Amino acid sequence: MSPTVKPKVLHPDIETNAVGLTRRDYEGAMSTLCAGCGHDSVTAALVQSFFELNIEPHRAMKLSGIGCSGKTPTYLMQDAHGFNGVHGRMPALATGANAARSDLVCIGVSGDGDSLSIGLGQFCHAIRRNVNMLYVLENNGVYGLTKGQFSASADVGSKSKRGDVNTQEPIDPILLALSLGATFVGRSFSGDKAHLLPLIKAAVSHNGFAFLDVISPCVTFNNHEGSTKSYLYTRERYMDVAPVDFVPMKDEITADVEEGALTIVPMHDGSLVRFKQVGPDWDPTDAAAAWTRYRELSRDGAVVTGLLYLSESGDDYHGRNGTVDTPLVEVPFEELCPGSEALSNLMDRYR
Amino acid sequence: MSQINDFAFKIGTVNGTGSSSANSLIMQAIFRMGIPVSGKNVFPSNIQGLPTWYEIRVSGAGHTARTPIFDLIVAMNRATIEKDIAEVRSGGWILYDNSWPLEDELLRADVGFLGVPFGRLGVENFKAVRERVLMKNISYAGAIAALLDMDTEVIQQMIREKFSRKPALIDSNYLAIKLGYDYAQEHFDCPLPIRLETLDKTGDQILIDGNTAAALGCVYAGATVGAWYPITPSTSLMDAFTAFCGRYRTDPETGDKRYAIVQAEDELAAAGVVIGAGWAGARAFTPTSGPGISLMSEFIGLAYYAEIPSVFFNVQRTGPSTGMPTRTQQGDIMLSAYASHGDTKHIVLFPADPRECFEMAVKAFDLAERYQTPVFVVSDLDIGMNDWMCRRFEWDDDYRPDRGKVLTAEELESIDRYFRYVDVDGDGIAARTLPGVHPKGAYFARGSGHNRLGGYTEDSDEYLEVVNRLRAKVDGAADRVAAPVVETREGATMGLITLGGCDAAAREAVELLAARGIVLDYLRVRGFPFHSAVATFLAEHEQCFVLEQNRDGQLRSLLILEAAADPETVHSIRYYGGFPMSAAHVIDGVMTQRFKQGLEPVGPEGSLVEEGA
Repeated sequence: MSPTVKPKVLHPDIETNAVGLTRRDYEGAMSTLCAGCGHDSVTAALVQSFFELNIEPHRAMKLSGIGCSGKTPTYLMQDAHGFNGVHGRMPALATGANAARSDLVCIGVSGDGDSLSIGLGQFCHAIRRNVNMLYVLENNGVYGLTKGQFSASADVGSKSKRGDVNTQEPIDPILLALSLGATFVGRSFSGDKAHLLPLIKAAVSHNGFAFLDVISPCVTFNNHEGSTKSYLYTRERYMDVAPVDFVPMKDEITADVEEGALTIVPMHDGSLVRFKQVGPDWDPTDAAAAWTRYRELSRDGAVVTGLLYLSESGDDYHGRNGTVDTPLVEVPFEELCPGSEALSNLMDRYR
Repeated sequence: MSQINDFAFKIGTVNGTGSSSANSLIMQAIFRMGIPVSGKNVFPSNIQGLPTWYEIRVSGAGHTARTPIFDLIVAMNRATIEKDIAEVRSGGWILYDNSWPLEDELLRADVGFLGVPFGRLGVENFKAVRERVLMKNISYAGAIAALLDMDTEVIQQMIREKFSRKPALIDSNYLAIKLGYDYAQEHFDCPLPIRLETLDKTGDQILIDGNTAAALGCVYAGATVGAWYPITPSTSLMDAFTAFCGRYRTDPETGDKRYAIVQAEDELAAAGVVIGAGWAGARAFTPTSGPGISLMSEFIGLAYYAEIPSVFFNVQRTGPSTGMPTRTQQGDIMLSAYASHGDTKHIVLFPADPRECFEMAVKAFDLAERYQTPVFVVSDLDIGMNDWMCRRFEWDDDYRPDRGKVLTAEELESIDRYFRYVDVDGDGIAARTLPGVHPKGAYFARGSGHNRLGGYTEDSDEYLEVVNRLRAKVDGAADRVAAPVVETREGATMGLITLGGCDAAAREAVELLAARGIVLDYLRVRGFPFHSAVATFLAEHEQCFVLEQNRDGQLRSLLILEAAADPETVHSIRYYGGFPMSAAHVIDGVMTQRFKQGLEPVGPEGSLVEEGA
């Protein structure tokens, strides 16, 4: 079925942002996902975040793989170039797009089948390269489009809709990302937009690979009793260990920075990430400690969320590569081609 | 009988012992004497300790194809000496290390044995173990210089150039050369009847390998993003691109790089990086070999269907599967033409030598952007990794990249609405837009079914409109990809058709056959979809021989499928054991086929062509 275009009727008093756009300008086609799908809530949070971040949609690139998550870019920022590639290979496309256009905001949306099974290698290596992008994993523990098989993030003991019990150990993307040296690791829940918004904004401001694992229940195939990725299961075990506020760059000077136990991390673009409350046993700047504590809490049955780890000290792919500041697509040909004289001189070396 | 400037010799050594320095020294010295020369490195898939050979052919007439007949074999490897001795032609010579005696049963009465105590000379003159090994190999270059009457001043000059930054090594190399040279002069009747004589036939030529040449083409074409996964025999292409970019694309003051090279986790990712960068507007490429193309095939289909410019270099090696990674073949012709599932067809360029690797690399980016599709440059291990003598490359400073139909911000501003896949000009090519340019330019690239507006579709007619246009688009490129090389001869009614690295062997064979009274016209395919001149050539010849290096006659099949060749009149000549083609194989194949067609009373004896044809 073709996606439906939303009619654009605007309220005369509708709010506009700093680049003169309304929230509606950040929307895309009408969703064709199931009613109540967690992914649509993620879309809504992305739309709101980009609106509030004042991103010009055409200065963004949105990419995805295959699966229900792969449809998400269609539903947001219709004035941004989009690329719905092949299954599990969005990280490679994003790496190439970012290599060419370091100046554009790069947004990747993936799923647990896409990132943890068929594209596990791609996911890992995008982390290693520290590609400057927002990487959202819409995690529901199940294959939707093929009707209900377990994915690699399904927990041991989780029951499928038709009654099978998963016996294979899950791949936890948070533990994986932390162990691979990811520079921004956050976790949230599609059912909690207020929690998700500052995480998305901080992730976009991060200079490097910003990973967000979002528990996003599948209402059709994985929202029943016995599922460990249902709305109910997630709500009951929700444990927010490192919730944050995001203070955009333009507000930084006037930001009311509270004293006390708050950890404040300045982002590459001048924005601030302010941890609202961090438990005494959680240090979001210590990846090893975060890995250990997250694992302990998860084993005890908690759905741990928050900005679990953040490092603003390293370089992204281009910083490490030493790429020129000008996006490579905009470097004039004259600065790329050495010309006939250089070739003639070079030829003498092959005599 | 003396053979001045017309002979071949082969050097058998152990890999990882520095013999490649000695071998390239010998080849380059002959080249600098103005004598046409070609070299083939026959090496193992191994780092150190296995047999390796280097074949050098000297041809005053300018023939550069491999020859399987050796006048002299330098047998430096005890492990292969039996085979080496057996292989030299009757009346030829074996140069070997006689520090230890040779077993009597290895001796041949019809071959001259030239023993030089390379090992002993090395031990007596050099101290360190590694140095003794390396200098032993330089010594045989000295002996060869004496035996073949090589210009020693040329050799000394080359050693000075090579070690200009390590002067300490100049003396030891001089000494090693002198040890071999003097010993040969004292003990043998130098020079041999096979010998060199200075010519002036290499003045406008260079010695370069195809991978280096292709990398240089990428630099000159303005490619900024390269992604790859290391695989023999394509690796040196990205090594060369890296080196050239370090030299030409790096700001001398800031060190800023005007390029990005991504060594990906596998070939799938490498293809994805190229396609992502191509979609975003960069000229991007990946070098790989057959196994890599297999892995990239899903992404190649995406780039074909979503219409993303991308350039793939396939330096072919012997397949199937891992095959023989260090041997050459032309086994990926069909794969290149139709890579990926569903109906796909690709633009392919077939360079025949390093010069064409350079030129076709540039052309590939122009075609990829003009036709918004993957373009393949298909060479092979022989072209890619061996040094070939070819004309110096030239560059026209007026060249500007053909970016094809890309809408600018101003053009987008002036139109009402933009739709990605609408064929406005009727040539099958719809204008594309790049991210970051204008809000009106946005579109959704996808591998799923889409209509001409760029929207998702499952509608039959909408789907057909797009895929039928794609066929017309790629077929429409036929006469703009690369015209074939055609050479006609008076009175020829039959033709020889080939492609890529078979060129030199085919030309030499056509000359030799003409001298025997078998006159053939010649056509070398340079691109796919086939240029209209290919079908014309087929139609104008009663019989054609199709020469290629694969088991199943892939070029012949493709000519039948795509150029209306009549299966009854196109005859296959195939040689695919992993070595480059030689004129002897071509002649043997032509004679065998003529015998089969009833044109010759007797077929050739002891066919050289595997499995005949």
